[in-house]
Amino acid sequence: MVVFEKTKGLTDNQFHYCPGCTHGIIHRLVAETLEELGVLGKTVGVASVGCSVFSYNYFKCDMIQAAHGRAPAVATGAKRANPDNVVFTYQGDGDLAAIGTAETVHAAARNENITVIFVNNAIYGMTGGQMAPTTLPGQVTQTSPYGRDVTVVGYPVKVCEMLSQVDGASYLERVAVNNVKNIKNAKKAIMHAFKNQLEGKGFSLIEVLSTCPTNWGLSPEKAIKWLDDNMQTYYPLGVYKDKYKEEK
Amino acid sequence: MSEKVLLKGNEALAEAAIMAGCRHYFGYPITPQTEVAAYMSRRMPKIGGTFLQAESEIAAINMVIGAASCGKRAMTSSSSPGISLKSEGISYLAGCELPALIVNVQRGGPGLGGIQPSQSDYWQAVKGGGHGDYHLIVLAPASVQEMVSMTFKGFDLADKYRVPAMILADGTLGQMMEPVSLDLGEVKEYDKSWATTGTDNHEGRNIVNSLSLSPAQLEEWNISRYERYRIIERDEVMYEEYMTDDAEICIVAFGIAARIAKNAITEARKKGIKAGLLRPITLYPFPKKPLAKIAERAKAFLSLELNMGQMVDDVKLAIGCKKPVYFYGRTGGVLMRPEEVVDTLEKIGKGEAQEW
Repeated sequence: MVVFEKTKGLTDNQFHYCPGCTHGIIHRLVAETLEELGVLGKTVGVASVGCSVFSYNYFKCDMIQAAHGRAPAVATGAKRANPDNVVFTYQGDGDLAAIGTAETVHAAARNENITVIFVNNAIYGMTGGQMAPTTLPGQVTQTSPYGRDVTVVGYPVKVCEMLSQVDGASYLERVAVNNVKNIKNAKKAIMHAFKNQLEGKGFSLIEVLSTCPTNWGLSPEKAIKWLDDNMQTYYPLGVYKDKYKEEK
Repeated sequence: MSEKVLLKGNEALAEAAIMAGCRHYFGYPITPQTEVAAYMSRRMPKIGGTFLQAESEIAAINMVIGAASCGKRAMTSSSSPGISLKSEGISYLAGCELPALIVNVQRGGPGLGGIQPSQSDYWQAVKGGGHGDYHLIVLAPASVQEMVSMTFKGFDLADKYRVPAMILADGTLGQMMEPVSLDLGEVKEYDKSWATTGTDNHEGRNIVNSLSLSPAQLEEWNISRYERYRIIERDEVMYEEYMTDDAEICIVAFGIAARIAKNAITEARKKGIKAGLLRPITLYPFPKKPLAKIAERAKAFLSLELNMGQMVDDVKLAIGCKKPVYFYGRTGGVLMRPEEVVDTLEKIGKGEAQEW
């Protein structure tokens, strides 16, 4: 009896992600969703710059590798070119919430009919653990060695809260993948985001709180705990906007 | 002969792009190219195309990347400072081997510069602009008619070689009106089975990408692209020669400067100075061989540019420094008058001018 089958939405390439990193779970949830919706053959994914830069090796659909922060603009061009394609971006916090802030806000403002998967692990992973726009106050990173001093470098950017003020955005939800219950809920949110696109409802962004054991300097187990204790407090889970639900 | 219509350079260019099959335009307002965007915003919705005013030049070029990746003829237009912002995306277009058209209606620089015509982005267009080993196909129109024909040609060459093409125009060409023929012929279709249109629509999985962490593979990609550049250099050089047969001094000028040069040549010849003109129409590939050939008979060259001297080095390289090369230019949005050029030619003739 098969109790767990690998999704057809992922290739057989081995992930390059570190042990305990939750990118793998998030990849699986996105891939499963595309498979279950039966849209893998018409999906165009946009990979970003950061740890998920190689996601084009893993998602079993057509992929475009975008410049740092530009994925929502590339996705805009792709969706406008072929509106029948399902177009999603997969971006980290440095990519989406720092260098790509303008592209993110304006894709939302245009209610661009795309799906954005935003992986927030509060750090720049690929480059070795620098302070990110989402690094928590006091959090130690390679470039905030004494802890993030908000009086000097300012406060973290809360993406879902910020975008909830953008009239164009359709659906914004923050989820986490730190336990089974949350993973199930993350899957639901990702499914909802892609269904929105298929129904022409416009811009959906799912922020997924994720771990980075390597750069947080924690074991995978402790990293999950750190996410529970610190990230979820600063970044509360929940639906920040669901335009079409509100209209019901 | 086909019927001619009176059109403004920027609008003629925009209409030519539509005739070339471009249905995806992404731009951002900047003087002096704004009419391109305004024209597209009127026309695109009526023909089922996309006009999108992006949040920045950076976003606009990345939208071009997205549409081009999906196999569409896509373009953006801007002016000098905006092209600097697009340079990141242009490098990605080149690295991803994506065809697209970028229009630069140049203004004076550097920095915010001015809004008057200039040719001071020659280096940026021809020598890179963005990072990495790459070339753009760079087309330099000198009339509203060429704004039309070069736009058509630019899309064709971009698709043919999977190399982004640039129209390097200037504020004068963008703003002036001339009668043009819009009889451009058939749009050639090229294979785009590489495009990211979804795996339902093609064999295997398509990935548009410029990243490789393997130095050997990245080198291989670059070498393979440069093999295509060699073919472009062999087959796609375009230029115009004007009174070069007996020319003792050959002016080299492109775009609007070349038209000033023609007036100056007429005046100079009245004074007994045998001047001629080689006008590069493709700045990349640069007309090296035709220049080398002229160097066998001409006594000197004058690079005439609306900048502080950028193309002049390429003239020297093309002729292997076999003849003296001089430079005359105005910059910052100032156009030269033909008399200034005639004076320069006279000085060169008398041996009073200083070599570059």
